[in-house]
Amino acid sequence: MKKLKQAAALLAAASMVVASLAGCGNKTAETAAPEEAQGSAEGTWKIGGIGPTTGGAAVYGLAVKNAMELATKEINEAGGINGHQVEISFEDDEHDAEKSVNAYNSLKDWGMQMLVGTVTSAPCTAVVEKTHEDNMFHLTPSGSAVESIKYDNAFRVCFSDPNQGVASAQYIGENGLASKVAVIYDSSDVYSSGIYEKFAGEAANQDFEIVAAEAFTADNKTDFSVQLQKAKDAGAEMVFLPIYYTEASLILKQASTMGFAPKFFGCDGLDGLLAVENFDTSLAEGVMLLTPFAADADDDMTKKFVAAFEENYKDTPNQFAADAYDAMYTIKAAVEKANITPDMSVSDLCDAMKTAMTEITVEGLTGTITWTADGEPDKDPKAVVIEGGAYKAM
Amino acid sequence: MKTKKINMNKTTKSNLITYGLVIVAFAVMQVLMATGNVSSLMKGLLVPLCTYAILAVSLNLVVGILGELSLGHAGFMCVGAFSSAFFSKCMVDVIPVSGLRFFLAILVGAGVAAVFGILIGIPVLRLKGDYLAIVTLAFGEIIKNLINVFFIGKDSKGFHFSMKDAMSLHMEADGQVIVNGPQGITGTPNDSTFLIGIILLLITLFIVLNLIHSRAGRAIMSIRDNRIAAESVGINITKYKMMAFTISASLAGVAGVLYAHNLATLSAQPKNFGYNMSIMILVYVVLGGIGNIRGSMIAAVILTLLPELLRFLSDYRMLIYAIVLIAMMLFNWSPKSLELRERYSPKRLLKARREAKEGK
Amino acid sequence: MSFISYLINGISLGSVYAIIALGYTMVYGIAKMLNFAHGDVIMVGGYVVLTIVTGMGLSPMVGILAAVVACTVLGVVIERVAYKPLRNAASSLAVLITAIGVSYLLQNVALLIFGADTKSFTSVVSVPAVVLAGGALTISGETIVTILACIVIMVGLTLFINKSKAGQAMLAVSEDKGAAQLMGINVNGTIALTFAIGSALAAVASVLLCSAYPSLTPYTGAMPGIKAFVAAVFGGIGSIPGAMIGGILLGVIEILGKAYISSQMADAIVFAVLIVVLLVKPTGILGKQVQEKV
Repeated sequence: MKKLKQAAALLAAASMVVASLAGCGNKTAETAAPEEAQGSAEGTWKIGGIGPTTGGAAVYGLAVKNAMELATKEINEAGGINGHQVEISFEDDEHDAEKSVNAYNSLKDWGMQMLVGTVTSAPCTAVVEKTHEDNMFHLTPSGSAVESIKYDNAFRVCFSDPNQGVASAQYIGENGLASKVAVIYDSSDVYSSGIYEKFAGEAANQDFEIVAAEAFTADNKTDFSVQLQKAKDAGAEMVFLPIYYTEASLILKQASTMGFAPKFFGCDGLDGLLAVENFDTSLAEGVMLLTPFAADADDDMTKKFVAAFEENYKDTPNQFAADAYDAMYTIKAAVEKANITPDMSVSDLCDAMKTAMTEITVEGLTGTITWTADGEPDKDPKAVVIEGGAYKAM
Repeated sequence: MKTKKINMNKTTKSNLITYGLVIVAFAVMQVLMATGNVSSLMKGLLVPLCTYAILAVSLNLVVGILGELSLGHAGFMCVGAFSSAFFSKCMVDVIPVSGLRFFLAILVGAGVAAVFGILIGIPVLRLKGDYLAIVTLAFGEIIKNLINVFFIGKDSKGFHFSMKDAMSLHMEADGQVIVNGPQGITGTPNDSTFLIGIILLLITLFIVLNLIHSRAGRAIMSIRDNRIAAESVGINITKYKMMAFTISASLAGVAGVLYAHNLATLSAQPKNFGYNMSIMILVYVVLGGIGNIRGSMIAAVILTLLPELLRFLSDYRMLIYAIVLIAMMLFNWSPKSLELRERYSPKRLLKARREAKEGK
Repeated sequence: MSFISYLINGISLGSVYAIIALGYTMVYGIAKMLNFAHGDVIMVGGYVVLTIVTGMGLSPMVGILAAVVACTVLGVVIERVAYKPLRNAASSLAVLITAIGVSYLLQNVALLIFGADTKSFTSVVSVPAVVLAGGALTISGETIVTILACIVIMVGLTLFINKSKAGQAMLAVSEDKGAAQLMGINVNGTIALTFAIGSALAAVASVLLCSAYPSLTPYTGAMPGIKAFVAAVFGGIGSIPGAMIGGILLGVIEILGKAYISSQMADAIVFAVLIVVLLVKPTGILGKQVQEKV
């Protein structure tokens, strides 16, 4: 009898597999056609996005997704790019390299012509390998590791990790903000450890000393008392936080509980701190950060973007959203510069975009950006300080 | 004697069905690919499907055949992945033939994972039940944590090693960081192919199925069913436990090799090498049927495909996945559902009808 | 001085693990299942308190009560729908896997309802911090309340199990389900009651966890859940005082490991200590050694 049960279970399982495989076959028959024809028949731009919309990093992926939608809506209302409407599709990668490649393949089946993604660094490094193979234009809003854009078809909107680390060290050194600096970083995160390394390297050339460098990991990020205690014992006047704002909000709270009040200095990952729902912003008083974007800057473009974002998604946009919004307008600018149309093949589009990218200047939310051929953006980091619960330029 | 012969034939037949299933799946995919009927998504999933099937089969050896709950299987996969990727990265210029290099990489991955299997097996297998489970989980987490603090670089003077950061490697200007802590290894040659994946899966099945039906396999199962009785008839408990555990670890290492050479980046995240992954592999095993090798393979395929096929649901994807997982578990395991399924199973209905005809 | 300060930090982290481990070990001791969804029930409790206290502006007491009610109902529903049908399944692993399914389900439901962004939690504890040695040592109000709550719950649970009728029924069910049924004990009811109590404890834990570490996301419960599982095993799973001792030891080891060995390897150190403890004492610190019979 037991054998019979097993057989029945297996039969059920096997039929599911067959059904799913058959499902795949059918689906591809439809989607393969436009791919063969190279370009979509209706003459719309098909731009794909990849990022985590579930899992621990979902907050970054969702921000990018929403900002891409917002930018697309605006672009389409203003007549599209080169007279063609834009269609976007955003796939989840759960912040995992393998899932990210799956998401990329899935977007290819959809008929994607250009990729905005991936949101996080490690998956981006895996995906850039595939976009390079297919010669697909690849613009990541926020993949900041050096390897994430190692091929000539890939560009990014955000600063690279080394760039941020060096810039932070120089800023602290040149402005004489402190002489003893402690660092608390996430050693399991590519972004954070990348910045820390370059920061420590550049610190040797600057007029301050790193008195403590303490790490935490993704599995161990609720309690920071030890890291703070060590910074305190080492007599640090400033704590450098090359981390994301979620952990930073905990660090600020725990430092205040301990009665430890150094200056805090962070990178673009700290942006979003003030938008944490229910966060006691007085804890963040005096925190300095180098960020290309501040949600309460008073230029018209930022104001318009923040208002539209808050209206549509009930949420204050963070730096990821700003980078993604800029990415969409960058594509628009480059396409217009190259004067290309959606009926061209993916590879031809990419070749045209590669040249156009180095020729354009984008006035974006995150500054005035130009690109070099290696894909790195050239823009100025802005240093801001939090005063009275709002950012202020320094 | 007669019954035994029929039994033998049954197991042989069952084994052949298992191999046949894999080969037919391979052939079908090849035909579909040749006729251009396979989506890019599906093509990209072929190697991962083999990887997870191998993992499921190898874990089933410990959970189903040896009867011990291991929650650290991803740790062995991690060891295999990193050691082989390190090997390939170093040898990329020395051995330009990708086939040979990958073959050696597989041996390295399997070998290192087996060594870890022995080292971890010695303390772990002294424990029982949930305590054994938690210690395997602990070892898995330790491996993941340690990999994240490894920095290995290579320059003209040889290898440099550090457990602090890349700067403390103190390399010459021409140095290249191979294992870069949390960034792991990037730029591993992309050697995994579907054909190699299928061959490795077949080899895994061959090893596991042969082991189960050998003298050693029966000894292992006797330990599972009654340890004390097995000991009293002179079976060397430690030896057979270690055997199953080590083979399983080594096969997980092979899966790791396949994983590492399929992606350009390899880093030990909680998502891919943490306890989450170990538990996911366990889900394949339990869903497919504990001790049922073919079932765990099929479950691995279904559960890897499912979230990808649910992509059209966008935001609701993982929610539906969770519900389907619970529903499948209840359908496959709940005594009530089994009873219902038996009552209405086509075979039984046919049999009942035949019996009625014969007037029994 | 810094050692004492680390020790205090360790105890405050450990007290949070301990209070989660109490619920974990309670369910394990009676239902003999590892409830992987326990951490996520805590997360749900956190969102309930947040919604009521911050969203509706009601008093923290109302929030805590609502969280206890919500978690209890949730726990009982989960038990009825996902665990009970598998209680007599051929392998005890089946229910472990559905627990994982439930854990994914709760995380994703929370993700859809509350979004992925971090919410900051206003502490509901109004006890002031104790400052010693002229400001060099601080014991936060949250720590004091958590440790007191731990002790109260531990004593309460022990009394409940040993003195009350329902508690005795729980003990009987954990010893031998079949025999308990024959003695006229309502096994299903007793297990449902266990889940209700375990989930109510999760609600209390959620309030204290979020007060001590005020950041809440749909994945907040996952890691503390696993740590509490480790703590429960550390102390001897199924043993109520063991859960408390295990939790506090785990916190202290974690903090001291970070402070004196390496902050990058804190997890490896915790797990290494766990392995050593289990090798010396295979059933945890206060675990019962069960004699094997042929």
